[in-house]
Amino acid sequence: MIYTLIPLLPLLAFIINILFGRDYIRDKAHLIAVPAVAGSFLLSLVAFAGVLKGEVINVNVYSWIVSGDFNVSIGFLIDQLTAIMLMVVTSISTLIFIYSIGYMHGDKGYYRFFAYLSLFVFSMLILVMANNFLLLYFGWEAVGLCSYFLIGYWYEKKSAANAGKKAFIVNRFGDFGFGLGVILIFLTFGSLDYMTVFSGADSVLGQTINLFGYEVDTITLICLLLFCGAVGKSAQMPLHVWLPDAMEGPTPVSALIHAATMVTAGVFMVARSNPLFSLSATAMNTVAVVGGVTAIFAATIALVQKDIKRVIAYSTVSQLGYMFLALGVGAYSAGIFHLYTHAYFKALLFLGSGSVIHALHHAKHDDEQNMEKMGGLKKYMPVTYWVFIIATLSITGIPGLAGFFSKDEILWRAYLGGDLGKFLWFLGVAAAVLTAFYSWRLIYLTFHGSYRGDPEQEHHIHESPKVITVPLIILAVGAVAAGWVGIPPVILEHADRIGEFLAPVLGHPHGHGTHLEEWLVIAVSVAVAVIGWLVAMFMYIKKTDLPEKIASLFKPIYNLLFNKYWIDELYDKIFVQPVLKASDRIVLAFFDAKIIEGVVNGIPALIGGFSKKLRNVQTGFLSNYGLAMAIGALCIIGVFIFMR
Amino acid sequence: MSTAQFFFGYFAVMLTGLSVLVVTRKDPIHSVLWMLVLFVHIAGLYLFLNAEFLAAVQIIVYAGAILVLFLFVIMLLNLRNEERVKKFQTQWPLGAGAGALLAIFLCLIVGKVIVLAPLGRYSEDAVNGDGNLMAIGKILYTEYLFPFEVASLVLLVAIIGAVVLAKRRLE
Amino acid sequence: MVPLNWYIILSAIMFSIGVVGFLARRNLIIMFISIELMLNSVNISLVAYSHYLQSLRGQILVFFIITVAAAEAAIGLAIIIAFYKNNPTIKVDEINLLKG
Repeated sequence: MIYTLIPLLPLLAFIINILFGRDYIRDKAHLIAVPAVAGSFLLSLVAFAGVLKGEVINVNVYSWIVSGDFNVSIGFLIDQLTAIMLMVVTSISTLIFIYSIGYMHGDKGYYRFFAYLSLFVFSMLILVMANNFLLLYFGWEAVGLCSYFLIGYWYEKKSAANAGKKAFIVNRFGDFGFGLGVILIFLTFGSLDYMTVFSGADSVLGQTINLFGYEVDTITLICLLLFCGAVGKSAQMPLHVWLPDAMEGPTPVSALIHAATMVTAGVFMVARSNPLFSLSATAMNTVAVVGGVTAIFAATIALVQKDIKRVIAYSTVSQLGYMFLALGVGAYSAGIFHLYTHAYFKALLFLGSGSVIHALHHAKHDDEQNMEKMGGLKKYMPVTYWVFIIATLSITGIPGLAGFFSKDEILWRAYLGGDLGKFLWFLGVAAAVLTAFYSWRLIYLTFHGSYRGDPEQEHHIHESPKVITVPLIILAVGAVAAGWVGIPPVILEHADRIGEFLAPVLGHPHGHGTHLEEWLVIAVSVAVAVIGWLVAMFMYIKKTDLPEKIASLFKPIYNLLFNKYWIDELYDKIFVQPVLKASDRIVLAFFDAKIIEGVVNGIPALIGGFSKKLRNVQTGFLSNYGLAMAIGALCIIGVFIFMR
Repeated sequence: MSTAQFFFGYFAVMLTGLSVLVVTRKDPIHSVLWMLVLFVHIAGLYLFLNAEFLAAVQIIVYAGAILVLFLFVIMLLNLRNEERVKKFQTQWPLGAGAGALLAIFLCLIVGKVIVLAPLGRYSEDAVNGDGNLMAIGKILYTEYLFPFEVASLVLLVAIIGAVVLAKRRLE
Repeated sequence: MVPLNWYIILSAIMFSIGVVGFLARRNLIIMFISIELMLNSVNISLVAYSHYLQSLRGQILVFFIITVAAAEAAIGLAIIIAFYKNNPTIKVDEINLLKG
C-alpha cells in the first residue's frame, strides 16, 4: 500500500542521516530530510483527498506479534481523524524542516538534528496512523524518545541534558498508566485492534474489575489509565512540569514537538478512544476538569514569566487544557479542531520567537531568551513582528482568525455541558483573558519600546533570512485561514465543515442552546480577548512602570506565579530527594558495599579457581571439539530413542 | 526381489563402499576421485527417485565445480610430503566408535519419531505432466522466491569472501 | 517397491561414515570432503522424503543445500589456503589455535 510510505520516508531519511551523516552528509542533511518529509506531506494530501471522497482505509501491513491469542499487526487506519492529523503533522513538519535549514545552519550536530527530527516525524506518523493500541503505544514511546533526544540536543549544556531527562522521567509516570491501560484493554477485549475494541465497548458496559478490594468499572478504569498517558504526554496537571523545561531544546523542536504535534498526541489518543470514553461519565468529567484547571493554571504562570519561550510553553499547556476540556464535555471534534488550528498559530509563535532568538544570537553570539533584555525589535524585524501579531490575534480569539473559531466552539460546547460545563466555561473564559494578556505582553515586551540589551549590539540585529521567514509567512496564512473550515452554524449555515467531516469518527456533540445564548458566548469570548489586550497595552505601552508596581504590591502572588506555584520544588522535595537519599543510604551504602561487592568479589574468585581446571578441556584441536559435538548429538538422539 | 529393490541394493552397496573408500584413502587426490564416483552414484539414486533436475545439478555443481575446487586446492598446497605421515589421529578409535554408535542410533530411530506429513500434490504423475524441471521452477520462483534471492546473496558473499581470504596481502 | 526406510537407513549409514571421517582423519582436506559426504547423505534422505511424500519441498531444500555447500566449500578452501600461507601444515593435530 502506497500510504505505508508516509511514515517510511522519514524513517529512511533518519537511517541515511544517522548512518552517513557524520562522515559524508554533514551540512547537507536537509537535502535528504526535507524531500522525505515533503514526500510524506504530498502522500498525506493524496490520503486526505481519498478520505474526503469517503474512502476509509484499514489494512494490516505486516503481522507483528503472534503469540497464542495475542495477535498484533502493524496496520494502518486512515479515517477522517487520522487524515486531519496527517495533514497537521506533515504540513507543519515540512515547514519546520525548511525553517531548520536556516535556524540550525552551522551547528555541528546538523545531521544529527535532522536525523532525530526525521525519526520523530516517523514515530508521530506511526502514532496517528496505527490501527491498534500496541502500535499506538509504540509510536507514543518513540515520540517520547525523540523528544528526549531533541530536548537534550545540546547535550553539552547541563540544563538541556537535565531537561531531557526530566521530560523522559515525568513521561514515565504517565506512560506507566497508559501501558497498564493497554494491557487492561487486551484483558477485557482480547484484542488491541481499534475496530474490535470499539465495537465491543458496549458489551463490557457495567462490567467491573476488582482493584485493591474495590469494585471499579472496567471502562472507567481503562479510560483513566489511558488518560494518565495523555496527561503525561500532553503536559496536563500535575505532570505538566516537563514541558516548560523542554524549551532548552532548539526552537524548531519546541515548535514541532512541544507545541504542534507530540504534545497533542494525548488529545488525539483520547479522541481516537472516544467510543470508550463516551461510556464513562467519570472519565469524561475527569478529562474535562483536568483540562479546564490546567488551562487556567498554566495561563496564570505565563503572566509573569520572563523567558520568551517559557511564556509560549505555558501558553501551550493552557491551550492543551482547552482541548481536553473540549474532549471532556464530549465535543471531540471541537478538541481536534482546536488541535489543528493551535498547531498553526503555536508553531508560528515558536518559530517567530526562534527568529527573534536567532537574530539576537547573531548580534550577541549568545542565546538570549529573556524578554527583559529585548524590546524595540519591531523596526529591525518587520516580518517576524507581523507574523507574531497574526499569531497573537489568532490565539487570543479575535473574530475571523483560526483561534477564534476553535476556541469559541470549545467554550460553547462547555457552556452547554450542564452545571459542571458552566463552571468549566467560566474557567475557559478566565483563561482567555489571561491568554490575551500574556500574549500581548510578550509582543509589547519584545517588539515595542526601546531595546533594553547592550546598545552596542543593537545595530547588529536584522531580519532573519528567507529560509526562516518564508515558513513563517506560510504558517501565518494557516493561522488566519485554518479556522475557516469550522465556522459555527450560527454565523454561517453549513460552514462547520470540519465538524461534519469528523462526525463519522467522533460523532456529533450533544446539547443544544438558543442562538441568543450562542451569540452571547461569542460576545463574551471576544470581549475578554479585547479586555486582555487593552490591559496589556495599558500596562506595557502607556504606563510601563505599572507592572513593577503591581508586582511589588502583590509580592507573594507574584512570587507564587513566578516560581510556578513551587511545583517543581514540591516534586523535588516529595519525589526526587527521597529517592536520591534512599538510593544513597540503602542502595549505595548497604546493597552496593555489602551485597554487590561481596558477590562481585566472591564469584570471580570461585570462577577463577574452577576455570583454571576447566581450561584444560579446551585443547584447541578441531577434532576434539568435533568429537564432543558428536557425543552431544548421540546423547540427544539417545534421549529420543530410550526415553520415549 | 523386484528390479527396483535390486537397483536399490546395488546403489546402497556402492554408496556405502565408496563412502568408506573416500574417508580412508591416504592421498587426498584419491579421496576426491572416489568422491566423484560417489557423486555419480548419488545422481543415479536421484534419477531413481524422480529428481531429474537434482541429478543434473549434482553432477554439474558437485562433480563439476566443488570437486574441481578441491583438486585445485590440493594442487596449490602441493602436499606431497604430507602423505607419508600417519593418516589417522590418535583419537580415531573414539571417533570410529562414536560414528558406529551414531549409525546404530539413527537406524533405531527410523520410524520411531518420524511423523509423516500428509501426501502433497506433486505425485509422480503430476510432476511427469510438465516435467520435473518445470514443477521445481514454478515452485522455486513463486513460493521460494525470497530464499532463492537470498541464496544468490549467499553465493555473492562466498565469492567475495573467498577472494578476500585467499588473495596475497598487498604490501 | 523400495520402502522409504531403506533410503533413510542408507542415508544414516553414509552420514555416520562421514562423521567417522571427520573425527578420525588428520588431513584437513579429507575432513572437508567428509563434511561434503555428510551433506550428500542428508540430501539423499530429503529427496527420498520428497518422493514418498509427493511434495517438492525436499527437492527445493536440496537445491538450497547444494547452493550453501558450494559457498561453504569456496570459503572453507579459501580459509585453508589462507591458513596454509601462514602455517604450512594441514594436519589438524598440529593446529591448536582454537583455545583461549
